[in-house]
Amino acid sequence: MATDTPQTTRPVEFDANPVQAVLRKYKGEKGILIPVLQETQDAYGYLPSAALEEIATATGVPLAQIYGVATFYAQFRLRPVGKHMVRVCCGTACHVAGAERITDAMSQTLDVAPGETTADDLFTLETVACLGCCSLAPVMMIDEETFGRLDEKAVRKIVKDYRTES
Amino acid sequence: MSHPLQPNVLTRPKIVVGLGSCGIAAGGKKVYEALVAEVAKRKLDVDIDETGCIGMCFREVLVEIRDPQRGSFIYGDMTPDRLPRILDEHVLAGRVIPEWLARSDELPGSEDAFFAKQKRIVLRHCGVNNPESLAEYQATGGYAALAKVLKEMTPEQVIEVITQSGLRGRGGAGFPTGIKWKFARQSRDETKYVVCNGDEGDPGAFMDRSVLEGDPHNILEGMLIAGYAIGARFGYIYCRAEYPLAVKRLKLAIEVARQIGFLGERILGSAFSFDIKVKEGAGAFVCGEETALIASIEGQRGMPRLRPPFPTTAGLWAHPTSINNVETFGNVPWIILNGAEKFAEMGVGKSRGTKVFALAGKIVRGGLIEVPMGITLREIIYEVGGGIQGGKAFKAVQMGGPSGGCIPAALIDTSVDYESVTQTGAIMGSGGMVVMDETTCMVDVARFFLNFTQKESCGKCTFCRLGTKRMLEILTRITEGYGRPEDIPMLEELSEKIKKGSLCGLGQTAPNPVLTTLKYFRHEYEAHINDKKCPAHRCKKLLTYRIIADKCTGCTVCAKHCPVHCISGERKQVHVIDQAACIRCGECLRRCNFAAVQAD
Repeated sequence: MATDTPQTTRPVEFDANPVQAVLRKYKGEKGILIPVLQETQDAYGYLPSAALEEIATATGVPLAQIYGVATFYAQFRLRPVGKHMVRVCCGTACHVAGAERITDAMSQTLDVAPGETTADDLFTLETVACLGCCSLAPVMMIDEETFGRLDEKAVRKIVKDYRTES
Repeated sequence: MSHPLQPNVLTRPKIVVGLGSCGIAAGGKKVYEALVAEVAKRKLDVDIDETGCIGMCFREVLVEIRDPQRGSFIYGDMTPDRLPRILDEHVLAGRVIPEWLARSDELPGSEDAFFAKQKRIVLRHCGVNNPESLAEYQATGGYAALAKVLKEMTPEQVIEVITQSGLRGRGGAGFPTGIKWKFARQSRDETKYVVCNGDEGDPGAFMDRSVLEGDPHNILEGMLIAGYAIGARFGYIYCRAEYPLAVKRLKLAIEVARQIGFLGERILGSAFSFDIKVKEGAGAFVCGEETALIASIEGQRGMPRLRPPFPTTAGLWAHPTSINNVETFGNVPWIILNGAEKFAEMGVGKSRGTKVFALAGKIVRGGLIEVPMGITLREIIYEVGGGIQGGKAFKAVQMGGPSGGCIPAALIDTSVDYESVTQTGAIMGSGGMVVMDETTCMVDVARFFLNFTQKESCGKCTFCRLGTKRMLEILTRITEGYGRPEDIPMLEELSEKIKKGSLCGLGQTAPNPVLTTLKYFRHEYEAHINDKKCPAHRCKKLLTYRIIADKCTGCTVCAKHCPVHCISGERKQVHVIDQAACIRCGECLRRCNFAAVQAD
């Protein structure tokens, strides 16, 4: 669950247009808070506090309730993430196949703990419950690409390849 | 059994690439692109297509050649490099390549046993049809059940057929589907809803994903029939956000079905109107629980509430709502077309029909399978699954994910039906089946699941919120060598109280992984607590690392990589680990090139 603290200062350059566009799309429908938050996150990469305030004003849902929902679901982030999202699978099959070693290797290689972003803003490391590719365990995803049958060596090489590319 | 992957009527050869999530993860898209290029280069007169999950995840990427005369040939472990040989030898010269063949209509393939005991109802189109093609779905009997229901049957008759078939909820709890529909039908309200629960959150389970990705129209048709039966005109599919491909294919299927008139007003000229919307989950395991799922669709925190009233009386926005699992809906069109008797012929006792399982873990043939109820675990693991990887000893199979339990090797002849599985202390669950061998530590497995449920507890009930946390702390200290003799009775006491003191299924079943491992593998807990040893050599902090003098070449690699510099020795001399300083990280073991480091 998202436990990180929200950014309280409203950035000067905050552009409200994307969140306003999302709100226009859902105007008048019921039960829209979650899809609105999802699309707002798609637009900004995370949920800026200023955007949440816009949503509260437009929908009439109290800001406290919006934060309640945004921090309940694992998908929502209150802070910006790195350029690449690394998700190491810790599902049952991956756990049995040594997912912990993969997480440790990733943590060491990137020099961040799960949930953190590297200093150069290139990678955010996350562990997830199950990516559903159990027969390829242990598995991780970087952005939309899946890597299976991993070991520590493969992890180091994959990160190196991404670093050279960027 | 009839051929599970019957080629459709063809006029020329068709080459099909398996592009379910597993296939894509294994590199299926690259194979598909290479195939298009190689076929164009050779100017071959063939069609190229894609399909969903074929089930043989262990042989991904899969490429199937469907020959109008000779039938189907499925090749496994395909890479772009291997395609030219397939095209030149098989497609052009007509010579089968036996060493890559997984299964075929002509010759025995290496994976025939994988299919021999399967019976595919829910998965009947998965890996056969192009999931994005409505035409293929219709050509294989799609929407015929809907037409039959609208033209020939009353809603009561539909409910009667589903009740007679013995279909029970495939999400895990096993509530009879016909009875649920009857309750929803009897609720008096102008507005009613059908909800498809696709919030498949169990780690180690991917059945629903494969069905939604591989045959989305089948689920829409099942929901339409449910809508007609209970008198609803609107349905929601609640799908995990982690399944982007399933969401995409569902939305596409809904759009196409609307254009053709299978969704919308006055469907097929009848008085029945129905429409469906996809709602994406946002990452909360508890939303698989029906009242939490309803709260989530309404845009709130997904927290369960006390039942009754059950959703069939007061569900979504307080209107009567029938919530069924993806796989449950997947059975419905088949039952309508083939009759309740035909469905009820399969299975044992009160468990009729088939069940889809995601077979994973230390098994040779991991993948998606559908087997008749009443099959034994032995048949699934040793025949369908091909036994344990590397010839190791089978230790246990985990069924039902975090709500289920570990069934030990001694009970391998257990019949797979709701009642027999429940008797072992595990549950049928939604269909995750993770096989464990002698290298799996059962205390560690229990800790793994408690870690999961503790994180996913919504926090509403005190016992679930705090009890799981305490259990996790105890399990963690046991695996780290600080276990105390009173820990086992404490785990048992907490388990009982969490079961009794929780509102929803998450809390009520959270202790199951601990209770079953305590029941069948108590000696492992005792070894951890009393002897400070992990019999499976899995718990890192309980291992002792030693350098075997005969094998050590004195290369110094271990000493260089030891993070606490506790390994000493001259170059070309045997090295020694200072046990008092060792932090048991295992780096020396991983780095040694001569297998000279031993852990026990």
